Amino acid sequence: MVNTLWLAMILGGIAYAVYAGTLAELTPAIFAAAETAVQLIIGMLGVMAFWLGMAKVMERSGLMQLFVRILQPIIRPIFPSIPRGHPALGSILLNLTANLLGLGNAATPLGLAAMKQLQTLNPRPREASDAMCTFLALNTSCITLIPSTVIAVRAASGAARPTDIIGTTIISTLVATSVALLMDRLLRQVRRGR
Amino acid sequence: MSLVISGIAQWFVPVLILLVLGFAQWRRVKVFEAFTEGAKESLSVASAIFPFLLAMLVAIAVLRASGLLALVAGLCGTILTPLGIPAEVLPMALMRPISGSGSLGVLTDLFKQYGPDSLIGRIASTMQGSTETTIYVLAVYFGSVGISNYRHALVVGLVADLAAFLAAVWVCKLIF
Repeated sequence: MVNTLWLAMILGGIAYAVYAGTLAELTPAIFAAAETAVQLIIGMLGVMAFWLGMAKVMERSGLMQLFVRILQPIIRPIFPSIPRGHPALGSILLNLTANLLGLGNAATPLGLAAMKQLQTLNPRPREASDAMCTFLALNTSCITLIPSTVIAVRAASGAARPTDIIGTTIISTLVATSVALLMDRLLRQVRRGR
Repeated sequence: MSLVISGIAQWFVPVLILLVLGFAQWRRVKVFEAFTEGAKESLSVASAIFPFLLAMLVAIAVLRASGLLALVAGLCGTILTPLGIPAEVLPMALMRPISGSGSLGVLTDLFKQYGPDSLIGRIASTMQGSTETTIYVLAVYFGSVGISNYRHALVVGLVADLAAFLAAVWVCKLIF
């Protein structure tokens, strides 16, 4: 599936470039993108190491388990396939908290830890499980309270009140998250019925 | 409200560190050993997600540099303008799900042209903040655990992006 998507993106782009005469711009763009990937991964590494270190301390001390026990009543109805008290719930909760506070750099490593734990519960390791789809539905629709990057860019561009889009962002993100959860629930049933 | 929220964000990390380390010490955990052991995992995570990140960024670069993305944006524009959706924000809606830095580029470009306090600027800001880079998130998260069949996750993510886009247009028109 991802194979088809990726192939279609690249072949479609190259075919159109031949037609539109933009072929000359393609090669530098490809190598610039490859370089960006390296910069991104190196840039992420430090913060990722820090948060994974903190997560390990939380796990060893039992704080993660405590956190899960207190908050799981809220989140478990959304993830019925994860057993009670499973560490995946802890990572999911931490990831969502980081997202909520606009700490994107902290959210990624915690989210990847959650995926690793969800994969241990997955009966078909090449295929996304129900819980993974729900988790990524929440993540791609990105429930957030402070869109810090946008506020920074608005301030840099000379907005009178850079923060005045917080309200509209929260409403719009709530709509997106509700739609995502609803669609996830619907499609899960449809695909299973087939 | 926004002051309260940014205040919380400022305090969140230092207080969290204090609580986590304090609690661990009280439970007699060897904090330094545990921390470094966890931090070490970041290297394997980074090497696991790197190829997926690279593959996606390259494919997106091909789409952008070829001009195909701009073409699709133009086509959508002719359909959506009659619905009261400003055509100027469409590149934003198309770019947002596939590239975070790309959509940030579109955003700053719109700010330059129309100003951050224009309706277009505010709609675009709301869109940038209210969804994630769906394709990137899926490629990296699924890639890190070796999953190639995404099932319905891609459709769900893209529909949510569309919902966020329409909600952003509607809420901004209502409020500003």
